[in-house]
Amino acid sequence: MPMSQDYDLYFTMLLIRRFEERALAEFSSGKLVGTTHAYIGQEADAAAIFSSIAQDDIIWSNHRCHGHFLAYGGDPYRLAAELMGKKTGLVGGRGGSQHIHWRNFFTNGIQGGIVPVASGMALAKKKLKSKDIAIVFIGDGTLGEGVLYESLNIASLWNLPILFVVENNRYAQTTPMEVAVSGSISARFEAFGIKTYEFESSDVLELRPGAKNAVDYVRENQSPAALILHTYRFSAHSKGDDTRDRETITSIRAKFDPLRIQASRLSAEELKKVESAVSILVDDAFLRASADPFPVLKP
Amino acid sequence: MKNTPIMLTVLESLNNALLQVMEKDDRVYLLGEDILDPYGGAFKVTRGLSTRFPERVLSTPISESAIVGISNGLALAGLHPVVEIMFGDFVTLTADQIINHAAKFRWMYNDQVRVPLVIRTPMGGRRGYGPTHSQSLEKLFLGVPGLRVVAPNSLPDPGKLLETAISQEERPILFVEHKLLYTCPVLEYGLGDLQDFEIVSSAGPFPTHTLKFSSAEKSKLTIATYGYNFELARKAALELAYEDEIFCEIVVFSQLNPFEMDPLFESIRRTRALLTVEEGTFTLGWGAEVVARAAEAIPSIKVRRAAALDLPIANSKSLEEKILPSQELIKELALDMVN
Repeated sequence: MPMSQDYDLYFTMLLIRRFEERALAEFSSGKLVGTTHAYIGQEADAAAIFSSIAQDDIIWSNHRCHGHFLAYGGDPYRLAAELMGKKTGLVGGRGGSQHIHWRNFFTNGIQGGIVPVASGMALAKKKLKSKDIAIVFIGDGTLGEGVLYESLNIASLWNLPILFVVENNRYAQTTPMEVAVSGSISARFEAFGIKTYEFESSDVLELRPGAKNAVDYVRENQSPAALILHTYRFSAHSKGDDTRDRETITSIRAKFDPLRIQASRLSAEELKKVESAVSILVDDAFLRASADPFPVLKP
Repeated sequence: MKNTPIMLTVLESLNNALLQVMEKDDRVYLLGEDILDPYGGAFKVTRGLSTRFPERVLSTPISESAIVGISNGLALAGLHPVVEIMFGDFVTLTADQIINHAAKFRWMYNDQVRVPLVIRTPMGGRRGYGPTHSQSLEKLFLGVPGLRVVAPNSLPDPGKLLETAISQEERPILFVEHKLLYTCPVLEYGLGDLQDFEIVSSAGPFPTHTLKFSSAEKSKLTIATYGYNFELARKAALELAYEDEIFCEIVVFSQLNPFEMDPLFESIRRTRALLTVEEGTFTLGWGAEVVARAAEAIPSIKVRRAAALDLPIANSKSLEEKILPSQELIKELALDMVN
């Protein structure tokens, strides 16, 4: 029996949640080195957007990319192997958590720099008369980078088929947006004549039609759009660097947890099934990856 | 009467090359500021191209970082973008896109992508443009893994170097054109300034040329240089030969990064003395790396470096002339080394 869309969306979000929890736990156990940026709390954004894209669309993500990658359909095992620096990782252990590539999915760890690159890929799609679009993920922190505004200007002038997704999780590392972002986020895009969609929700069923409208607008009009999602990050910026008040985070989580909201729409039987399926996937990913060899530097 | 062919300038050679390569390959796109006709770019290297290929020549806002970033994206998607940065001084604005994006992608993504991008830019002084429009900043990009830095000179054939740079897919290329080179004629083997020289060029797409005086039994010094400074080095070498009977070999690099040293080492093994000539500032320059590699490979050789003083480049001619290395300085250092 095919599962419902409610189930599929929840599956994607739970896979992200459990993967990120496991990655953080493996850091504590010493299996992962370097750093990681968990997507915990923002899962509804990825589930909504990636269920609305076309197969050959171009995706550019940032340092907080695991959720996007898993929602794109990426293999959790290859991602786990990359986090462990294994030869079987997505990029053979060369990139690690924030520098991955698979099919049309790319990420880089420099704030803002990915925006013109995604715009260039959108320009290529347009010049080659394709209907594919580019989607680039930025955060409230990226709004401080100058190259973003250079790119918005050109994307609008040249009518590039690109969707700018702003996931405003309200903190740039430890800096609250009140001390980093002036004025209005949507007005930034509107000033360049870019069509803007804005949502304040962590309910995937509310976000999904909005994401689909934005994606469809870019594809049909061959013009840029912005999708601004006000969300919450429940975990630290990376690992142990959360300076925020614990109680506030706990009460926000109780109210806005996207998994809790979506879980209420599934039957007890479905919830049991999805937990078990995800747990098998994540266990398998990390166990297989940890048995894999490390890469060797070729001369 | 013999018909003498009209000599091509370096500018015309580069402009022809762009025309040829765009004609042959519709994946080639040109981006830059003020590159549309009738203006045709600040130095006219792109003149005529927007008229011929209006769909593939894109005039951009003043956004150096974004246009290099967009070109990175075009290259990742399989096109062959050529982006013009109007003055080489402005490459600092593109450094993040070059170092953290274009040059890294192929290796960082485990050889799964290619970035066939060419960033063309005029560098260099001696035109009185002052501190922010006269620099030779290519040295800041030497040693960036994954990036090739190429500098044409007046030896045949600057246009061919550009065509090769645009057609290759191996890695992104910073293509450094000295402003004074544009009006220089492309030299012809066996004629004019080259008639006294025997020239050997290394194999490969971006060759190193070794010039030896045909009549000299033994050369006493190797001068290593690139780009426009080959003009100064060549004139200095000709004067040293005619006035002082001191013969030098000149090794002219077309590729600055990665460093390919074999032709230079061969020459130094003959002369045991190396003088580097460049227009970038003295400290941590191209010459510093060349000298270090030569000293590691060939013990007990004499070395000197001619470069710009560690100062901004002044607007006033009387100051600029003192700040940048001159033909006289090259002669002075050479005489000092051989005597």
